[in-house]
Amino acid sequence: MNRDRLSSRFAACKAQGRAALITFMTAGDPDIAATPAILDALVAGGADIIELGMPFTDPMADGPAIELANLRSLGSGTKTKHIFALAADFRARHPDVPLILMGYANPMLVRGADWFADQCRIAGVDGVICVDVPPEEDAEIGPALRAAGVHLVRLATPTTDATRLPAVLDGASGFLYHVAVAGITGKQQAAQASIEIAVRKLKAATDLPIAVGFGVRSPEQAAAIGRVADGVVVGSAIVDIVGSHGDAAAPFVQDFVAALSGALTTQAQETAA
Amino acid sequence: MTDTINLPNSLRSQPDSSGHFGAFGGRYVAETLMPLILELDKVYRTAKADPAFDAEFAELLRSYVGRPNPLYYAGRLTEMLRDKAAAGKGAKIYLKREELNHTGAHKINNCIGQALLARRMGKKKVIAETGAGQHGVATATVAALFGMECKIFMGAKDVERQRPNVFRMKLLGAEVIPVTSGSQTLKDAMNDALRHWVSNVHDTFYIIGTAAGPHPYPELVRDFQSIIGKETRAQMMEAEGRLPDMLIAPVGGGSNAIGMFHPFLDDPEVAMIGVEAAGEGLDKKHAASLAGGASGILHGNRTYLLQDEDGQITEAHSISAGLDYPGIGPEHSWLHEIGRVRYLPVTDDEALASFQTLAKLEGIIPALESAHAIAAAEQIAPTMDADKIIVVNLSGRGDKDIFTVADALGVEM
Ligand SMILES: Cc1ncc(COP(=O)(O)O)c(C=O)c1O
Repeated sequence: MNRDRLSSRFAACKAQGRAALITFMTAGDPDIAATPAILDALVAGGADIIELGMPFTDPMADGPAIELANLRSLGSGTKTKHIFALAADFRARHPDVPLILMGYANPMLVRGADWFADQCRIAGVDGVICVDVPPEEDAEIGPALRAAGVHLVRLATPTTDATRLPAVLDGASGFLYHVAVAGITGKQQAAQASIEIAVRKLKAATDLPIAVGFGVRSPEQAAAIGRVADGVVVGSAIVDIVGSHGDAAAPFVQDFVAALSGALTTQAQETAA
Repeated sequence: MTDTINLPNSLRSQPDSSGHFGAFGGRYVAETLMPLILELDKVYRTAKADPAFDAEFAELLRSYVGRPNPLYYAGRLTEMLRDKAAAGKGAKIYLKREELNHTGAHKINNCIGQALLARRMGKKKVIAETGAGQHGVATATVAALFGMECKIFMGAKDVERQRPNVFRMKLLGAEVIPVTSGSQTLKDAMNDALRHWVSNVHDTFYIIGTAAGPHPYPELVRDFQSIIGKETRAQMMEAEGRLPDMLIAPVGGGSNAIGMFHPFLDDPEVAMIGVEAAGEGLDKKHAASLAGGASGILHGNRTYLLQDEDGQITEAHSISAGLDYPGIGPEHSWLHEIGRVRYLPVTDDEALASFQTLAKLEGIIPALESAHAIAAAEQIAPTMDADKIIVVNLSGRGDKDIFTVADALGVEM
């Protein structure tokens, strides 16, 4: 059952008193052949949940790091069929690690929402984050994913106010992704205090796990956010490592993810003590 | 703003309240932008219903832009085409002189309207994307007029081929930000403008330059540009005592064309032609998203796009920077699908030829964008009876294009 993988992972982390570590990489960066080793490095380093980016020519919500990753991937010939093959192979190697596809509407919907949802289900993808489909445009992708038993993960941002939040939550599943900065992915960081206020508000409004991402780059930051949130998402910092080391990136990625994971675990032990 | 009564079954009552024109349009934006877009919609509805807003808009169009601009009978162009046509053929060609507006194109109409909205929303900073630089110049101009801070995003390739406009924008006090990602043209400028906007939503208004983007932009840009069609209608009644038989306008994102067409959509006797840039030809590099594209989602709306089978956006090409965009406004996609407007492709070479023809025959140097529409008129007028009337929207003047044209003709300046 697809639905169970995400919720059991959040439950397992909670039982350990720590936040889930959610790591992002772009599929096919630097190329399709190098991607499985990097995915395995994320898992070996201690990632709980994998977000796999579907590259797009026009990633409007991404800063330079992930934009370049998108272009490297497409430049090396990544096609949608390769991404689903990567996902299916990942599922075979890691039967219990939740896998989320993250990307933009056009590559997801170009063959129709039902086709996309079906491919997700067949490949063992647990959830989808579609950056440029707000709740107002749910009608196409939302019902298709729900029918296929694939979570539609919604985003709440610093501009999502109390009147709007119910609309965001309506139809959201898996977890709620709190985008910590009003901006694009990359280096901009949110103040810890504002993250804490936001997470508290979101928790009051939903039982879904709350993951916080955008601008999380260091183990220290991850640990601080892990004190209040159910999940911490790290993206650009990992993508930067792939950018500098190319197809030799796996060990470097693993070390970095291990540091993030270690920080979340240590923080949990300190809190428990 | 609009003084029309929408009849049931009117083609002029789009979009619906969620911004859809049939299957097209919508609001495909990041959640961060959604609250702002909803607020813009609310502010726009209020403004549209407020006679004071309309009055201020109309007054600025009159005293600052120089409207109404003339509807001009292009006698020598008409006669030249009649000479080549069969006996009794050769429609009369009128030009709607948008190129005589302050800043030299239709773009200023929309910028005045959006700057008024920005002021209503209390925003002191404006940003814009630009291709040819006409929208950038128009935005920089209204920013100066309203005392707002202005940043213009422009593809690095366009910065190169539209140098005069880059300097104009700087003179007007705007900061021009060359965009080096992707194809370094209009689409990439729009990506970076959206990135800047999402990071500065609290104090920044995005003045989108064409009838595209997330709802309510396609609607409000159309409404501001509809002054073109309204004036044309009145001026044609005065000149000929009847409506024209055909309207022709160039289509980049589609703002000048929809502004010209919209007031006539419910007049079935008025045929309409939107001219897409066919670049080097439809089988080579081009920018004709209706002729050579498919429905998809980009820059906030569902519309026809140049894309591959995986939904990756493919690069557009046109000699005219203002048409060099892989998409088109959603209302045009809808008008194309229901067959109300016909869209024709015109190549770089055809546009270049018409650029020179209009200069020599009428003493008007058209923008390369507008030259595409002239080329279509040159093809169609000789097939129509001599008592028929065509209006071509001369959307802009060609001063900005003289370097590009000289280059294409192999002339040293
Ligand atoms: C003179 C002129 N005409 C036409 C266009 C195309 O834009 P639109 O289709 O929005 O009118 C431009 C765009 O820069 C332009 O400068």
